[in-house]
Amino acid sequence: MEMPVPNAAVLSRKAEIVARLQTVLPQGAVIHQPRETHAYECDALTAYRCPPLAVVLPSSTEEVSAVLNICHDMGVPVVPRGSGTSLAGGALPTEDSVVLGVARLNDVLETDYDNRFIRVQSGRTNLSVSGAVEENAFFYAPDPSSQLACAIAGNIAMNSGGAHCLKYGVTTNNLLGVTLVLMDGTVIEIGGAHLDAGGLDLLGLICGSEGQLGVVTEATLRILHKPEGARPVLMGFDRNEVAGACVSDIIKAGVLPVAIEFMDRPCIRACEAHAGAGCPDCEALLIVEVEGSEAEIVHQLGLIMEIARNHNPVELRESKSEEESARIWLGRKAAFGAMGRINDYMCLDGVIPVSELAFVLRRIGEMSGEYGLDVANVFHAGDGNLHPLILFDANKPGDLETCEAFGADILKLCVEVGGCLTGEHGVGVEKRDLMLTQFSPADLEAQLRVKDVFDPDWLLNPAKVFPLRETATRRGEAA
Amino acid sequence: MMKPGSEAELAETIAAMRGALRIVGGGTRGVGCDGEVLETSELRGVELYEPGALTVVAKAGTPLAEIESVLAAEGQRLPFEPADHRALLGTDGVPTIGGVVATNVSGPRRIQAGACRDSLIGVRFVDGSGTVIKNGGRVMKNVTGYDLVKLMCGSYGTLGVLSEVAFKVLPDVETVVCVLIEGLSDAAAVRALCLALASPFEVTGAAHTPSGIDGEPVTMIRVEGFEESVVYRAAQLQALLAEFGESSVETNPARVAGGWRWVRDVEAFAGCDGDVWRISVKPTDGPRVGAALEGARLLFDWGGGLVWAETAAGTDVRGKLTEISGHATLMRGDGFARFQPEEGPLAAISAGLRAQFDPRGILNAGVMG
Repeated sequence: MEMPVPNAAVLSRKAEIVARLQTVLPQGAVIHQPRETHAYECDALTAYRCPPLAVVLPSSTEEVSAVLNICHDMGVPVVPRGSGTSLAGGALPTEDSVVLGVARLNDVLETDYDNRFIRVQSGRTNLSVSGAVEENAFFYAPDPSSQLACAIAGNIAMNSGGAHCLKYGVTTNNLLGVTLVLMDGTVIEIGGAHLDAGGLDLLGLICGSEGQLGVVTEATLRILHKPEGARPVLMGFDRNEVAGACVSDIIKAGVLPVAIEFMDRPCIRACEAHAGAGCPDCEALLIVEVEGSEAEIVHQLGLIMEIARNHNPVELRESKSEEESARIWLGRKAAFGAMGRINDYMCLDGVIPVSELAFVLRRIGEMSGEYGLDVANVFHAGDGNLHPLILFDANKPGDLETCEAFGADILKLCVEVGGCLTGEHGVGVEKRDLMLTQFSPADLEAQLRVKDVFDPDWLLNPAKVFPLRETATRRGEAA
Repeated sequence: MMKPGSEAELAETIAAMRGALRIVGGGTRGVGCDGEVLETSELRGVELYEPGALTVVAKAGTPLAEIESVLAAEGQRLPFEPADHRALLGTDGVPTIGGVVATNVSGPRRIQAGACRDSLIGVRFVDGSGTVIKNGGRVMKNVTGYDLVKLMCGSYGTLGVLSEVAFKVLPDVETVVCVLIEGLSDAAAVRALCLALASPFEVTGAAHTPSGIDGEPVTMIRVEGFEESVVYRAAQLQALLAEFGESSVETNPARVAGGWRWVRDVEAFAGCDGDVWRISVKPTDGPRVGAALEGARLLFDWGGGLVWAETAAGTDVRGKLTEISGHATLMRGDGFARFQPEEGPLAAISAGLRAQFDPRGILNAGVMG
C-alpha cells in the first residue's frame, strides 16, 4: 500500500505541535508517546498500520475547532477517527498526521419523540443511539454489522448501511442535520430537526465524504417507532441462479422485505461448523425477513413462501417463535466470526445489479480457482451488495498480495456488470487505486473540486478515497 | 431556444456558450432567470428498467408521466410522490423527470419514504464548462466517492444540466385509505399527526387543512399496503387518536387519491393572487408558523413540518419567522429571494461549489443566490 511521503517539516516540529495542542485540550487528551499511540496505528483494516504524530481526544465542538485551527495553522494533516472499525482503512494515519478521535464526544443532547429525532455527539456508538430511545420502543434504523462498536461519526463519514436498509435506507436517508467543523476551525450547522435542509444539499454531500470535508461533532438523526413484529423465513436452493431468480420474483410481486440475506455453500458450511445454527447444507441460502402487524407478517410470508415453492427449494423454514428467529439469524450473524476462525480473511463490499447475481458468483468461483484462494459469499441480496470473504494466510509471504489482487478483480467485475466498488464500507485506502475503473478522470476531478472548496489546503484525511497520483499536486507533493 | 438532442450535443452547446443560460425541462416549476433558454425535452426516453432490481434509468427530459406509466405497468412507482406545480404556479408544459430532480420535488409520502433525493441513485450531467460528469449509478447502495447525486438534486440547474437520472423505485400498493378527523385546531391537529407518525402503523401521509373543501378543518392520515393490514392499521390509528374526537375512514380509492393530490399539488392556493411560501420546520413548530403568519391561508403537510402559506403579496414571511428554526422558500411571487439567504461560512461554501461547477456563472445565474 503506497502512502504519501511524510512531510519532513511537520515531523521536525512534533514537539511544538504537541505543545500547542496541549494548550487547548485538557490533560490526557493529547497522546504522543509512541507506546500510547500504538492503539491508533490502524483501524479494522489491520493489514496496514502506521504510527501517527499524535492523537487528540477532544470532548467538545469547541475543542475540535481549536485543534483543527492549530493543525491548519501549522500545516499538519488530520485523520478523523470514529471507533476505528473501518474495513477500508478510512482512519489509517500517516506518520505526519494528528489523529482526531471523537470517542469522548458521546452524549445524547436531545431526544424528541413528537418530532422523531435524537441529537447526539458524534462519538456515540450506533447501537447506543438505539439504546437511548429503546425504552420508548423507538430505534435508529441503519444497522451496520459493527453497530456495537462503530461511532455515528464514522457512520456519517462512510454513509454506512446494514442488513435492514432495503426498507429503511442507509445513513444519508436517516440524517437530518450535523454540526460540522471545517479544517480551519470554522463551525457550521447544516440542517436541523426539520426534514429538508435549505439551499444546496450539503448534508447529502458531507455524508459519505470519508472525513475529507470536515469533522462532524454532533448529529441530528431520525428515529422510528419499532414495528409491531418481525419474522424471518429461511430457504435453501441447489443453485445460485435459482436463489437469485427467487429474490427477483419476491421483489416483483410487490413485497418489500426489510432484509434479504444470501449465503453461499462455503459460507454456510463455515457458519455451521462455528455456530451450529442448523442451516441446511445447500448451494445457496436466503434469509428473508418481513415486519409489521401479525396480519401483515402472515400475509407477506404467505406470498414469499409461495414464490419460494415455485423455485423448488431444498429447504423452506418459517420461523414459528422468537427462539427460532434468533437461530435463523444466528447463522447469518456468525458468518464473519466463522470465517475468521478458519483463516485470515479480507471482506469486500462491491455492489451489482441483482440481475447479474448468478453470473458474478460463477465468475468469482472461477477466479477463486485461478488465484488459489477460497472465497465465501454473504450478501444483502435485495440491494445487490456483495460481501465476498477471501481467505488467506497473513503469515504466508505473498498471500496478502494475491488476496488483494483477487479482491481487486472481483470489484472490477462488479463495475463491469453495472455496479460499483463499495456499497457501505467506503473507499478509504483499500479501494483508492481502483477509482479510475469506475470513474473517468473528469468524474474524479469534479469530486476533487468539492474538496478544494471545503479544505483548500488538502489537510483533512488527504491520502484517502482518490488515487494518490490524482491528488499529488493538491497535497503539495511533486506529481 | 436551444434543444440539444444528445448528451454530447448538450456538452458542446454549453462549452460554446458565451452568455447566460436559462435551463428548462418542461418549464412547469416556475424557475426564472435571465438568459438564453436551453431546453432538455429532446433528451428523452427510459434507458433501463429492471422491476426485479427496483431500478429505473431515464434521460432527463423524459416526461414524468411517461416514467410513471412505465412503472405502473409493472405495479411499481416513484416512492416520493412528485407534485404537479402547474395549477399552483400558473405554468403549462410537460413536467420532466429532470425538472423533478433539479427542484427535488417531493410530495406527502416524503414523511415516510423520503424525498426525491433519497430515491435518486445516479446522475449524469454537464457542468458549466461543458464537461460531462457522472456520479452514483444504477445500484441502490453506493458509497464510492463523494455523493454528487444528492448535491445535484435540488440544485436548480446551478451546478450543471442533468442529462440522465436513475432511481430506486418501490412496489405500488394494493390498498390506500385515509383516516379523517374534522374540526381540529392547527395545534391539536399537529399533535394528532405527531402521535400517528410516532406509532408503528406506518403512516404515509399526514396533513391538515384549516379550511377543507367545505370550509371546515380536516386532518388527514394515510395508510397504504396490503388490504388486511391497512384495515387493521386504520382501526388502530382511530383508537390511538380517540382523544381527538370522532374519526372516519375514507376507503373510496378515487376520493382518497383526489384528497392527497389536493394536498400534494397545493390545489387550494391555485388561481389566487397572493404569494405562496413553502416553509420547512420541525413538525411541532408548524402551528407556531401559522400563528406568526396571522391572516395567511395555510396547509400543513409532513405532520406539520411542511407549511404551505398563501400571504398577501409582499409579506415578509422570513421576517416574521426569525424565532423558529427552519427555512422558507418563495414558490410564487417575486418580492423576495426565492431561497432563504445563507449566512457567512455556509454561504461561502455554496458560492464556492457553484464557482467550481460553473466557473463562468452562466447556469441559471442568481436562482439560488
